[in-house]
Amino acid sequence: MNLYLPIAEISLNVFVLVGMGAAVGFISGLFGVGGGFLITPLLIFYNIPPAVAVATGANQVIAASFSGALAHYRRGTVDLRLGTVLLIGGFGGSVAGVLLFTLLRRLGQLDLVVSLLYVVFLGGIGGLMLVESLQSILKSRSQGSGEIRRPGQHSWVHGLPLKMRFHRSKLYVSIIPVLLLGFLIGLLAGIMGVGGGFIAVPAMIYLLRVPTSVVIGTSLFQIIFTAAATTILQAATNRTVDVVLAFLLMLGGVIGAQFGTQAGRKLRGDQLRALLAILVLAVGLRLGYELVVTPDERFTITLPTGEIG
Amino acid sequence: MPAGFALVAGCLALAASSASFAQEGIETFEIGLSTSTISISSDFTGARLVVFGALDNADAKLLRQQRYDIVVVLVGPRSPAVVREKERTFGLWINRGSETFDAVPGSYALAATRPLADIARQELRQRLSLGIADLRLDSGATTGAFGQPAPDKPEEAKGQVNISLAERRAKAAQDIGGTSADAAVTVDDYAEALKRIRRAKGLYNQSVGTVQFVSPTLFRADLNLPADLPTGTHMARAYLFRSGVFIRESSEPLFVRKSGFESYIDDMATRYGVFYGMAAVLLAIFTGWFGRLVFKRD
Repeated sequence: MNLYLPIAEISLNVFVLVGMGAAVGFISGLFGVGGGFLITPLLIFYNIPPAVAVATGANQVIAASFSGALAHYRRGTVDLRLGTVLLIGGFGGSVAGVLLFTLLRRLGQLDLVVSLLYVVFLGGIGGLMLVESLQSILKSRSQGSGEIRRPGQHSWVHGLPLKMRFHRSKLYVSIIPVLLLGFLIGLLAGIMGVGGGFIAVPAMIYLLRVPTSVVIGTSLFQIIFTAAATTILQAATNRTVDVVLAFLLMLGGVIGAQFGTQAGRKLRGDQLRALLAILVLAVGLRLGYELVVTPDERFTITLPTGEIG
Repeated sequence: MPAGFALVAGCLALAASSASFAQEGIETFEIGLSTSTISISSDFTGARLVVFGALDNADAKLLRQQRYDIVVVLVGPRSPAVVREKERTFGLWINRGSETFDAVPGSYALAATRPLADIARQELRQRLSLGIADLRLDSGATTGAFGQPAPDKPEEAKGQVNISLAERRAKAAQDIGGTSADAAVTVDDYAEALKRIRRAKGLYNQSVGTVQFVSPTLFRADLNLPADLPTGTHMARAYLFRSGVFIRESSEPLFVRKSGFESYIDDMATRYGVFYGMAAVLLAIFTGWFGRLVFKRD
């Protein structure tokens, strides 16, 4: 059953779109990532113009994140305080990111920068996470919760001023790295059209040493707002949010997220991290491969503003 | 009074030529579309447009010998476009060169009685911007609506179209800093690529034998319109050739617009971007909450 999408201006199969949403929603619920880094490439692969894919992906991410965050909130695994500080940094980053997005697109180098960012961040984070989580799985095979060891010694992060206590996360750290992390997440969200969960989750785990269970809920909470800001900014400046497309993805996403959240509770922290690492690495490698391999078509057509025409 | 004499001579020549046309019979040529508006609704998967046309006062003998040729095109709304080329740089494929065309048709469908090469010479096809290969992507200074040269204009004006185009190409060569010949090749590369991509997507298509005479005076042309037909004002144009000579053309506009719910959404997104964005966010939050309610699994 095909449906014409008013903003994407293309007629596509409804069931494929709902299915895509469900698959990404499952992953979203499982790992606490918004799924933007998966849905956007999937939509582009399905012939949707990249600008529409980026903006609509952000819109769909809200639904999955809200649904997931609600589940985590009931279970008390959302650190509202930490999430709010992240958001304050994130707002500044979002504005800077959208401005950079517009500039790069005009220069015709947006795709390259986005791909490089994905490759560098996904490759780096995925690699580190995979090594760490595998070590953790091997070590704690017989005992332990699979949680990261919290060593007594403090890193440089803990020596910074303006400290704040985050009860839920069992943390007492300076808000400077938290704000910076938020800014970075917002910046990437603006350029890459993602919620930033795939950066936020490992950064909270490894840099801030937040327990994995709290990380997921807090990340989802934070993603709702980052994705909402991106959606409104994109709708207002680029007119690229396709509500019909987003709704179909949401339908699937919401269903998928419920099963994902449930499945996530059956897995241990280190197992979750290892799976997420593999997924992140796979997407990173795929994008890196596309940069290197000789393209079928070396030419592309865009509007003067850089949108695909 | 040499000027006055020239004017009189011109009138005489015109009178003489119309007199000779009258002997052969002046072909009159009109087209009509099967619809004046195409509405794109949620189930739009492309369409077929039938263009009907009447050819009157045609020479019966030439008609029997099939010396008349008709080409029907539907040109989509023109807009500027940038074509970029990727080159391998330090092992990565990066956009390097680019070329801007200022009036690229969003879609182009052509139907003809015979292969275009058999209907008209290449210079003529280029002048009329006829066929995908000779389709003009830039607007010349003296071209008519939709970047098509106005065929009613005297031969002098048509000459100017070509000159201005040549000048533009030369100027482009200077901008790039290469020789004129090099630049012409580069421009063609980008134009070729644009046409190749649009062709692969079905946005540009042309077919032969799709214009058929239903009766000695009536013909019909079938044009294929793709699913992602651009919205806006399209122009259907029919060209009449007699033994390789361009006789006249006739045109009709076709309006393509979104209909119903799609048009409403598009309108909202265009006019009230911020509120549309907020509504999209609220819809997402509601869907998330509702999904939670329905699938309460803990």
